[in-house]
Amino acid sequence: MNFRIIAYIVGWVCNFQAAFMMLPLLTAGIYREKDFSAFLLVMLVCLVVGVPLTRKKPKNKVFYIKDGCVAVALSWLALCIFGSIPFVVSGCIPHPIDALFETVSGFTTTGSSILSDVEVLPHCILIWRSFTHWIGGMGVLVFLLSLLPLAGGYHMNLMKAESPGPSVSKLVPKVQSTAKILYTIYFGMTLIQLALLLIGRVPLFDSLCITFGTAGTGGFGIVNDSLGSYSTYCQVVTTIFMILFGVNFSAYYLILTKKFRQAFKYEEVRYYFGIIAVAIVIIALNTAHLFRNLLTAFQQAAFQVGSIITTTGFSSTDFNQWPALSKTVLVLLMFVGACAGSTGGGIKVSRILILCKAAKKEFQLYLHPNAVKKIKMDDKVITHDILRSTNIYISLYLMIFAASVLLIAIDNFDLITNFMAVTATLNNIGPGFEIVGPMGNFSSFSYLSKCVLIFDMLAGRLEIFPLLLLFFKGTWKKF
Amino acid sequence: MHIIIVGCGKVGRTLAEQLQEEETDLTLIDMDADVINDLTEDIDAMGIVGNGASINTLMEAGVQTADILIAVTASDELNLLCCLIAQKTGHCQTIARVRNPIYSKEIGFIKERLGLSMIMNPELAAAREISRLLRFPAAIKIDPFSKGRVELLKFKVLPEFGLDGMSVSQITDKYRCDILFAAIESKDTLTIPGGDHLVHNGDFVSIIAAPKNTATFFKKIGLKTHQVRNTLIIGGGTISYYLAKTLSDLKINVKIIEKDKERCEELSDMLPEATIICGDGTERSLLMEEGLATVESFVTLTNMDEENIFLSLSAKKLTNAKLVAKVNRLPYKDVIDDLDLGSVIYPKYITSDSILRYVRAMQNTIGSNVETLYHVLDNQAEALEFIIRDNSPVVGIPLAELNLKSNLLVCCLTRKGTVRIPRGQDTLQIGDNVVIVTTSKGLRDIRDILA
Repeated sequence: MNFRIIAYIVGWVCNFQAAFMMLPLLTAGIYREKDFSAFLLVMLVCLVVGVPLTRKKPKNKVFYIKDGCVAVALSWLALCIFGSIPFVVSGCIPHPIDALFETVSGFTTTGSSILSDVEVLPHCILIWRSFTHWIGGMGVLVFLLSLLPLAGGYHMNLMKAESPGPSVSKLVPKVQSTAKILYTIYFGMTLIQLALLLIGRVPLFDSLCITFGTAGTGGFGIVNDSLGSYSTYCQVVTTIFMILFGVNFSAYYLILTKKFRQAFKYEEVRYYFGIIAVAIVIIALNTAHLFRNLLTAFQQAAFQVGSIITTTGFSSTDFNQWPALSKTVLVLLMFVGACAGSTGGGIKVSRILILCKAAKKEFQLYLHPNAVKKIKMDDKVITHDILRSTNIYISLYLMIFAASVLLIAIDNFDLITNFMAVTATLNNIGPGFEIVGPMGNFSSFSYLSKCVLIFDMLAGRLEIFPLLLLFFKGTWKKF
Repeated sequence: MHIIIVGCGKVGRTLAEQLQEEETDLTLIDMDADVINDLTEDIDAMGIVGNGASINTLMEAGVQTADILIAVTASDELNLLCCLIAQKTGHCQTIARVRNPIYSKEIGFIKERLGLSMIMNPELAAAREISRLLRFPAAIKIDPFSKGRVELLKFKVLPEFGLDGMSVSQITDKYRCDILFAAIESKDTLTIPGGDHLVHNGDFVSIIAAPKNTATFFKKIGLKTHQVRNTLIIGGGTISYYLAKTLSDLKINVKIIEKDKERCEELSDMLPEATIICGDGTERSLLMEEGLATVESFVTLTNMDEENIFLSLSAKKLTNAKLVAKVNRLPYKDVIDDLDLGSVIYPKYITSDSILRYVRAMQNTIGSNVETLYHVLDNQAEALEFIIRDNSPVVGIPLAELNLKSNLLVCCLTRKGTVRIPRGQDTLQIGDNVVIVTTSKGLRDIRDILA
């Protein structure tokens, strides 16, 4: 294990954290809020930790996948812990675990909150909450890679550890350029959405927060009813962008390089849109009686489907009141999640696809026991390794899911609440049903449950392995 | 004494070379006429071309009057068959080489029921020797005597020990350990040292003592003595399997790098505790990823001598690990020893050594009573173990008064289970177990130590 380079990377993450604090600091300045000092303090703490660690570039840059995973996991822990300090210092969320829950929920783009009333919070805290979504969406280490010349082929191991999806592909030969392209697309789309919202006369502050929440597929609202009180225009724009941010970013790169045909041939993206369309139709028809007309029903259904499948977690209406069929569809969408290589969470459409194809192959083997059959996606053979890791991922996912539900059940809430709390956090969605529904929050859980859910959020965002590797004895062994 | 060797591969050849120095009549059997022609030019022996398992060939070799038949062909089954047929036709003792791990578990049964005198498993023997080295990484070579109660142990004198320029008696006085300097090798010359012999940096010193005494001595001069905690093995052959198994039992962490995927799966099945890595062990980045820099021992056991040597040399630069390399080819021993690779294991030597030991012990009936024999520094010296059985001229006389051969040292005395380093006033008694180190070869009996 190359601890020097891991420390160096974590140090840089701290430095970047300090830089990120500029935004809430600026907001506090504009609105003349006294929480200015809290951010300044954390900025200093981050720099005190980060600068000494990054002063000397380590000579030994050799970096393996396990170092990558440990660096990613530790970076995220540092990010969340430092990010939670402003909440505590400013007194907005006095208890450290609550603050950590809120921050982890932010960085992992979950959007679950323990706050029952967000409207009383100062602007700088609100924008920091939402900004964490934006940072966490594409990944802070990908950001680091795009700016930091670490040199060598080793940082693919960092990207592998942080990026969601069963396999990570480079867009261009260099990792740094790939990271830059990803962030450029991310940044560009964020700007477009911001501009569209501003055109729709949404105030700048609100537009920023909504855009951050959409881009990172996070879902923190700055009003208690999330997006319910905003104009239909704002909701439609948000719907479209939520769905767009859930698409594999490689597709955008292909569009940018004018390879349209290839971009539209992405099997995962096509299924993703297919699932969305089917879900919207079912829910719209099922909930039509709740709305003025069918069009509103479709608009609301689209918003909710987009919000849930991309694991954003905004709500325009209290879908906890919807009929069981619609709710069930939403729950299923929660598990499906967005595309690999997007900012969304969940199991990912590509994994579901791979599993379905593997199941189909298994059936064919019953008919022709000696048949040799390769599973393909996008005309490429899915190697045995990817299939195996997908299977293991799902098994681990279910194990963590079951264990979490059990631990949370200690609080003795009803079954749906427990189940949904874990679903909402492990898939990085945000709201669930019942107590943790769109109009509820997570504040009533015990601190033990909150810790479990914090773990779930991180495990969901980092796709389980990097985080669990920290607890695996072999990782820390010298040999 | 008439000995038949079936199979003239590397082991067969080494054996023949060694045995011709004893007073024996040798007959060599091999299928390959070229090999036989080649060998009989170098060695004073009779050569027969043919299948060693065929009665005709064996009769031609004189199996009816032979004392020992040694079957060391490449095939286990052929070796066993040779031995069986030889026993049925003649009255000779039989020694077979059997290396398949499947048989190795059943070796007791095979040996007993088939009436073999000895079964030799070179891979297992090599693995045992390596595991001894890993248990005591400071040593380059360890040879056990008296069922492990005494060890002959070779190490290199490094500047940090502060032994440079001291004489042997000064060292023993200074550290007050019950050890004996059995042999000192410097620049290809081997001396059986007297008390005034000077030790220099870079010398290879062989000491003989009980294991716990060597440990105290090493601790005093500042050599690490703990057994390694983990080991990285390159190559997943049979030796690797035996070694990994032994080491796992000692709770040493084992990682094996093997190229062949199928073999990896086999190994993973047979060695659940070990980590099996499928990959090319000569790839530096893979080695680094698997922790070459931090590993405590590095054992190279691929089939290619060149790779093993090469890997050890490069590992010497990258780590402080204990290095062990396997080398099959014997003729380049001197060159390899110059490379200072750490420990080098010659499986063929181990095989021929133990067969030779048996042959000598067999000659017991005509006077010899060698219990154990080891070569120290190639063939320049031998360490032998005797049991004093009858009233011989050496018994009862203080060692200082015995007229011993020059370059001969009585190193160690085991009497009723206790080990001691004999001094001048000690006497040998019946029933004693004695270890002798000497440069004069072919000692058969304890009385041969007299000039």
